[in-house]
Amino acid sequence: MPPLLEVQNLQTHFGTIDGVVRAVEGVSFHINAGETLGVVGESGCGKSVTAMSILRLIQEPPGKIAGKILFQGRDLLELSEPEMQAIRGKDISMIFQEPMTSLNPVLTVGFQIGETVVLHEGVSAREAEQRAIEMLTLVGIPAPERRVREYPHQLSGGMRQRVMIAMALACSPQLLVADEPTTALDVTIQAQILELMRELKTRVGAAIMLITHDLGVVAEMAQRVIVMYAGRKVEEGTVEEIFLNPLHPYTRGLLGSMPKLGSSLTETGRSKLTEIQGQVPSLRKPIIGCPFASRCPQVTDVCRRIAPAIEEKAPNHTVACHYVERALAAA
Amino acid sequence: MSTTQTRQLEVKGQTPLLEVKGLKKHFPIHGGILGLKTGDVYAVDGVSFSINRGETLSLVGESGCGKSTVGKAVLRLYPITDGEVLLDGRRIDNLSAGELRPLRKRIQVVFQDPFSSLNPRQKLFDIIAEPIINFGLASGSALDDRVGDLLDKVRLPRDAMYRYPHEFSGGQRQRIAIARALAPGSDLIICDEAVSALDVSVKAQIVNLLSDLQDELGLTLLFISHDLAIVEHLTHRVAVMYLGKIVEVADRRTLFSTPHHPYTRALLSAVPVPDPTVKRNRIILHGDVPSPINPPSGCRFHTRCPFVFDRCKVDEPQLRDVGLGRISACHLDVVPDDVPTANRAIAVPA
Amino acid sequence: MSTTVLPTEAGFTPAPKLADVLPPRKERSAVGMFIHRHPTIAVGGFMVSLFVLMAVFAPLLWTVDPTALAPARRTRPPSAQYWFGSDMLGRDVYSRVIYGARISLIIGFSVAIISAVIGLAIGLVSGFIRAVDAVVMRIMDGLMSIPSILLAIALMALTRASVENVIFALVVADVPRVARLVRGVVLTLREQPYVEAAVAAGTRTPMIIWKHILPNTLAPVTVQATFFCASAMIAEATLSFIGAGTPPIIPSWGNIMAEGRALWQVKPYIVFFPAVFLSITVLSVNLLGDGMRDALDPRMAKRI
Repeated sequence: MPPLLEVQNLQTHFGTIDGVVRAVEGVSFHINAGETLGVVGESGCGKSVTAMSILRLIQEPPGKIAGKILFQGRDLLELSEPEMQAIRGKDISMIFQEPMTSLNPVLTVGFQIGETVVLHEGVSAREAEQRAIEMLTLVGIPAPERRVREYPHQLSGGMRQRVMIAMALACSPQLLVADEPTTALDVTIQAQILELMRELKTRVGAAIMLITHDLGVVAEMAQRVIVMYAGRKVEEGTVEEIFLNPLHPYTRGLLGSMPKLGSSLTETGRSKLTEIQGQVPSLRKPIIGCPFASRCPQVTDVCRRIAPAIEEKAPNHTVACHYVERALAAA
Repeated sequence: MSTTQTRQLEVKGQTPLLEVKGLKKHFPIHGGILGLKTGDVYAVDGVSFSINRGETLSLVGESGCGKSTVGKAVLRLYPITDGEVLLDGRRIDNLSAGELRPLRKRIQVVFQDPFSSLNPRQKLFDIIAEPIINFGLASGSALDDRVGDLLDKVRLPRDAMYRYPHEFSGGQRQRIAIARALAPGSDLIICDEAVSALDVSVKAQIVNLLSDLQDELGLTLLFISHDLAIVEHLTHRVAVMYLGKIVEVADRRTLFSTPHHPYTRALLSAVPVPDPTVKRNRIILHGDVPSPINPPSGCRFHTRCPFVFDRCKVDEPQLRDVGLGRISACHLDVVPDDVPTANRAIAVPA
Repeated sequence: MSTTVLPTEAGFTPAPKLADVLPPRKERSAVGMFIHRHPTIAVGGFMVSLFVLMAVFAPLLWTVDPTALAPARRTRPPSAQYWFGSDMLGRDVYSRVIYGARISLIIGFSVAIISAVIGLAIGLVSGFIRAVDAVVMRIMDGLMSIPSILLAIALMALTRASVENVIFALVVADVPRVARLVRGVVLTLREQPYVEAAVAAGTRTPMIIWKHILPNTLAPVTVQATFFCASAMIAEATLSFIGAGTPPIIPSWGNIMAEGRALWQVKPYIVFFPAVFLSITVLSVNLLGDGMRDALDPRMAKRI
């Protein structure tokens, strides 16, 4: 079966006053129908820009997208805006990080959910409200008939995020792009939302592109993971491979620098977290060689001159590093 | 390194550096045309704890629990509604501004947002020198040296002192904020979500730095955070807050290995674990956090507690010693006849 | 441990080379960069500087005494001798317009600077001390409820016509607006963590205002001041036009237009030239203010 979404050599650049920002530089990956792909990276790695590029939500000046984005065989970058609008919300939908600013404060919750349905399925306003109530029930909001007439500010953060999920799933999309969906929520609310997303996924059968910097969330929700750094994909594999057998020095550094619950049980005193020295390189200048070279503990001269290609180094596990074997042995 | 810590903590009978007793902070809400007071936000409603010298106490909880308010109240950034705050056994909450000022050099703060906690129009030198100048601790070339030393301590280059905050990244700015907090030779530093706004790898750098500085300088830290994994790494003791009250206090190992209070247990089980092979046994809390304007009667947690029974809705539980150096506020800790047997069995974890 | 033998260069697979997505940017000089980034500041600033130079070097710009009477040669149309024509008393309109720039610019800048300074002081104190705030803001509200031109006319009616009094009247009308703006900014700044950190560091309130609050209010105040400069120039012209402004002896654009008003349909050049100069000057000052406001926008400041 061909993948549901296939991104080939995606490049998204922005022309700013200070130079060209190469936010995404040659990223390729695919998502199969019904699977959850985790996209992991820290701020500035290009993961959000990748999501926005897929949905063509990038402002074309000053931005520019190049490459191919094949959704069910069609290249989304070749479509006109009206054709794209027919896809957004219906075949591919998106949920964002900040529920307060992603919901229109002057429209009722029911109206906002119903809007997608009216747009894509041409139903009447009454039917749309019915659908909205169904969706609110689906996402676990109690008393949906009352809530459907309420405004975003009358709901809590967790509830607003549920409303966003309801909006995204209203037309049963095939792909849901979730950009840091739980980062702004409290941890107990986050647990609720993740649980909800898991349930809904089995119910609706959508594929999910889950973008986050929280490795714990990825471990729980994703089947496959890609790790991004400085606008490039540096590692890709199944979630077990990535977490139990990380190959790229950045992934190893990231996993090592995350504190894990339960550390007090295994160590006697307070231990140190692994640090990754240095900082992310500026995206305004073209990067020569490996983007991680300035911070890699195993860097050599070759790394600084030749950018590594993504190669398969283990079953279902690709990495962009010249010295995978060396990095492994040094650990 | 940590032997200094253990030695200090072993000294019994020593006055704690900071003691908070029955702290309450209510914010009035004004409404209507005349702007009259219509109610209160019970942000902090009776919080007590103490921190010993050289120790880190973490105050954890979710948004709205009042932990940041506790931090600001200790700093006297606003007056408190009730209760006492004692520094080295001496009350500081009832001092006038003039009496309080010299004591301020002992308590400093690092805030959450690295972008707004430094004046964008001041050079780093001025930012770090400000507390030193305020307390008349150094001047002239001695001042220059002191600022340089502080930058060394937070692992920033000395020539950074001539530059402006916007030239630095989030993690570097937090280092500057830490340098400023250390500048007057403070004993107690309040870290108010100091690493929450930073990327994962940068968090690690800052947490390691704080840990090192604590060992090196014998600092006492009040670490306010919602991130339990970070807290576990850095702290000695933990106090868990919910809706303006403390529900459990225990030392690190005890709390993380055997969380006791139902809220603590739910909180810990909710944290996602970066290990795909671990199956989480989650306690999912239902509903949302109630508003601090109208807190629930009895035990504040009763609206979401999976073990709730009748007494919880009426009586507010007090903090009591439940063994292993832990205190907890839950009716399940006492076992009178009106606790349902089913709850009794669940309540006492292994 | 792994071997330390480096694989040969041929053993490394380089990543595919990627094409540039955007066309290459033009190289510009530092000045060129500035103009490209901030075109409104460049244009506005340039024009304002031009007018200032014109006013300063008025005697060198082929002008004659602007008050010299020559009734024999009155109301002549523009010619080689009288570039902008002559008015009903035979005075050279060109020279009057050039010298008139002095008055407009002096009044514009003075009003802007004085009202900014006074408004800043009032706003800072109001923003910080609640008791003062309640009283002072009500006074400011009262002053603002009177249209500034009427307020200025009323004040001018109480005193005799002079440049200083015009400045005074316009300042009184503008101060409340600056005070209100500053107060708003101060209220926001007080909540900033770096102010709280300064309090925690033991900094006294006057020092907090001086070091932390004041520098961050200068940007919005400066922008506001440029707009007051523009409105003050128009206000002066209006006041002079209705005879309540600068004394007729001194050539100001408003005065010239006032005097030419009666003849405006037959000898339009007397009103036309000062009007054009006034418009362009005000436009330039407004452009400068607009450009500065955009440049100082906090969104731009985070361009790291």
